[in-house]
Parts: sequence; structure tokens; C-alpha cells
Amino acid sequence: MNNVIEIEALTKAFNGLVAVDHISLNIEEGEIFGFLGPNGAGKTTAIKMLCTILNPTSGSARVCGYDIVQQRDEVRECIGIVFQDPTSDTFLTGKENLDFHARMYHMDKRTREQRIAEVLGLLELQGKEKTQIQHCSGGIQRRFEVARGFLNHPKVLFLDEPTLGLDVQTRRSLWDYIKMLNEKEGTTMILTTHYIEEADYLCHRAAIIDMGKIAALDTPEKLKQAVGLNLISLQVAYDDDSLVNLLKQIAWIKKIEARDSSLELSIDGGEEKIPELIDFTDNHNFVISSIELHKPSLEDAFLHYTGKAIREEEGNLMELWKAMMTRSRGRK
Amino acid sequence: MQRIELRKVIDPLPIYTMWLREMKRFSRVKARIIGSLAMPFLILVFLGLPMRSVLIEDIGFLNFLAPGIVGMTLLFSATMTGASILWDKEFGFLKEVLVAPVNRFSIILGRSLGGITITTIQAMIILGAAVAMGVRITSVSGFFLSIVVMLLTCATFTGFGLILGTRLAQSEGLMAMMPLITLPIMFLSGAFFPMSAMPSWVRYIMYINPLTYGVDGLRGTLIGSEAAVFPLWLNFVVLVALSLTLATLGAYFFSRMEAD
Repeated sequence: MNNVIEIEALTKAFNGLVAVDHISLNIEEGEIFGFLGPNGAGKTTAIKMLCTILNPTSGSARVCGYDIVQQRDEVRECIGIVFQDPTSDTFLTGKENLDFHARMYHMDKRTREQRIAEVLGLLELQGKEKTQIQHCSGGIQRRFEVARGFLNHPKVLFLDEPTLGLDVQTRRSLWDYIKMLNEKEGTTMILTTHYIEEADYLCHRAAIIDMGKIAALDTPEKLKQAVGLNLISLQVAYDDDSLVNLLKQIAWIKKIEARDSSLELSIDGGEEKIPELIDFTDNHNFVISSIELHKPSLEDAFLHYTGKAIREEEGNLMELWKAMMTRSRGRK
Repeated sequence: MQRIELRKVIDPLPIYTMWLREMKRFSRVKARIIGSLAMPFLILVFLGLPMRSVLIEDIGFLNFLAPGIVGMTLLFSATMTGASILWDKEFGFLKEVLVAPVNRFSIILGRSLGGITITTIQAMIILGAAVAMGVRITSVSGFFLSIVVMLLTCATFTGFGLILGTRLAQSEGLMAMMPLITLPIMFLSGAFFPMSAMPSWVRYIMYINPLTYGVDGLRGTLIGSEAAVFPLWLNFVVLVALSLTLATLGAYFFSRMEAD
């Protein structure tokens, strides 16, 4: 396997606040790799360092074999970036924006035209290229940004929260574009997201990142499996640890997590364990108000590794709001 | 190898691309064209024309005022194009530019050349309007020399605007400060009245104002040397020195600008 990206103890601190804390990992060629984590986990900071717009405090990384500090220009030649915030010139048309980008990457006229036609086709943007970006819908704007990221045939494409602030349908279709582009062009993709479904749907491998550290790194499947084969959510009235201690004695219960009024059990087995569990609690005089078995989701995996949920928290809303503000301001 | 080394400083295609972008943007925003020309035009019409028979240092007021108004146009427009780097930053466009495999000097050179082109075109339009109102340009050579003065003045204030734009964090702050910065420069340049009419301590402030030399240079080249305070060579020397210093300083600040 060929590593396109090699990260060695990469660290970034802002005024003593460590945003990215000694991250080390390799990303293989052709992979869709995801950084999954809540806002402020350090995803964007990590990506910015890999894109050469931020210098690491310590540690190193190589992108396409080039050092991100020593060989910036070489790195820049082989990567494409879709930023979290819109970066198109809103007074120019989509095509002019693409053309601008192509020239900045030193493409000659013929390659430029051919390549622009290609990416317009790939992202189904034909017919929209002559409209000024400020008059395009958010989804189209985003697609132009993705198209631009692809324009210079990057070996590696960075996508920073590619679907932030988009509606469900646009998000879906953008996912499919990303998948298709990965397959058709063989581009290695690195994306950051705080949408669990996004990482689950797109990524070959994902790193769960929290407080600047990698909490886990594996395929979404394996990350989920680590939680257990199945999960049982148990709504039950209990006052002390006695029930938990009793449940701990059952061999097929691998892990017990108490959440508010419910218990989350990782179990080795399937539906057949439900009656068993009901009998067991009945025998010990506990009353179950509800019981549910489900496959672990990536969300469960996230909880498992970080001990907290990726919630739509306050900070998250703030960021969304910020993104929407910039977008609408850009449209002026 | 030589070519690659050279490309690290002067990269023709991106320079042209940045220039082209400025031109396209300018032509797209009709309000900007009209807005930037309206004020100098109105001043010429409502101040210059009615007072054209008033003599200032033996020159008609309109003839005296016209180069000043051209200078004012240069000041406003050039400072604005330089400072608008802050807009590029706020709208994210700067990020896209800064991750391209192009050295920053080429980026800022292309962008500034675009701004200088636009500003000079605006100044020419105002000059054309002034001529239509009856301002007489002395000679063809003077006209061509005045273009050089315009370009130098432009470069000076584009650099000045760049310094403002790269040093300030928010465009709201810049918008509020802009008139506060440009109006004193305009009034203390002798664009509207002769230097000799001012008390000596004000004159000293005018001596350190770059626009003083721009306006005086324009008067000398367009109206005639008798209209100018300083000899033409002095205006040129000062403007060349200032434009080089300010443009270099602006480019330096830009090169250290963070994308975020």
C-alpha cells in the first residue's frame, strides 16, 4: 500500500491551547478518510496544517511525499481543497472562478478548457457556469467549490465539512458526487465532519478525534463492532448499583453503560437475549418499562470512545450560523 | 532551473489572472464605477464650473481645481483597491488564492496592477470630463507625463491601502476609518486651494503628504509649470521613492498575512 499522507506527532497550539495534540497516522492512496469529531476537536486545524496554510507547532507531515513546511509549493501543486467557508468570488461566474483557479495552477489554455468541461460534467453543473456565483443557490455554490477542488487533478482532495449548512437532499447528492469522484478519478479524499452519517456513508476509514487527540481509527464497520455486536437499551427503574452489579455477572453482557434512566448494554448475541434479560430482571424484582435492541451506529462508537455524544451543541449552532452569515454576506 | 527560480518571484500567468479578476470584478459592479466617478464629477460641475473665472495664482479656478480632482480620484480609488484585500479575506477568497502554488509577491503584484489600471482609467475619465468643461491641457507631452504621475500616485496609495487592509482585522472598522484617513489627505494636498494660502505650520504637514506631490505633479504636467509649486523632477523623485516604499511595505505585510 502507498501512503499519500504520513503524519508524525503533528501538534498545533494556540497561545498554550493545544488544538491538535501529537497526531500520528497514515492515509493510503485512493482512500476516503474521515476526521470525525465535535466542533473544536481540532479537525479543521489538522487539515489546515496539511494544506500548508498553518504551520505546526511541532511534529511533521508529508503530503504526496513532500514536507508540509519545507516543500509547501510542491504540496500545494498536488492537493485540492474545499474549505468549510465559501471562497468563490461571488461577482464572477462559476466558470470564471474555475478558470481563475486553473490559471493559478499554471494550466495552459487547452488543458484548462478541457478540464473545466470535465468537472462541470462530473458535478452536473452545465448550464449554470455562466451565472454569477452570488446568484447561485447554496447547493450549486458548494458544488462549484467541489468542482474547483478537483480542477487541478489533485492527488489528494481535502474537504472541510463539505456539507455544513446544506439541506438534506443537497447533502445526499454531494455525498454521491464525492463517492463517484473518488472512484472515477482515484483521488484520495480527506474530509472532516461532525455528521456521523456522513462519515459512515463515505469513509473507508475514519479517525474519531476528540480534544485534539485520536480516540480511535478504523473502518466505520470495525469502529461500530468495537462497541459490541448488538446494543440493548433498557429502560428500567433502579436506585443503586445492585442491578448493574447483577448484570455484570452475565457472561454475554460485554459492557454496561448507565445513561440517565436507561442502561446501554453491549451484548454478544441477538434478539434471543431479550426474553432472557426480561426473565433475569423479573427474578430480581426490577421492572422494565421498555427494551430495545439495535445495531451499534457510529454514534454509539463515538460515545464509546469519547464518552460523550456528538450533539448539536451551542458551539455547533454558532458555527452553522457563522457559515450561513458568510454565505449570505458573500451573496450581497 | 533558472526559469523555475524566477517563477518564485514573478509568475506571469497568475499575475495576469489576478489582474484580470480585478478588471472583471470592476466591470461587474456598475455601482462602483458610477459611485467612484460621481463625487469628482459633481465637484467639477458645482464647484469648478461656477467659479471658473476666479483666478488663483493667475490661473482660472477650474484649471487649478481639475488636477486636484484627478488626484482626489486617484487617492480614493487606489486606497480602496489596496484596502479591499480585507474584503477578499472576509469573503474567503484570499484563502483560495493563498493555497495556490503561487508566490505571494506575484499575487499581490497582479492584484495591485489591476487596481492601478482601474484607478488610472477612472482618473482619465475625470480628466476627460474636465477637458469637456473647458480645462486646457498645455501639451501632448505634458499629458503623457501626467499619466506617469497618475501611475506613481496610484502605486503609492495602493500600497498605503494595502498596509491599512492587512493591518486591520475588520472591514467594518476600516469602512468607518476610511473617510477619517482619506479626507485629511485630500484637504491637505492642495487639491482645492493653493499651498501659499495656508499658515506655515499647515504647509509643513502638506510637505509630508504624498498626494501633495501627486497633485502638484499633475498641475505641472497638465496645466503648465507656472501652476506647480515644486519643480517637476522633485515631484517625480518624491513619488517614485514613496511608491516604491509604500508598495514594498504593503507587499511585505501581505506576504505575512494569515489566511484566517
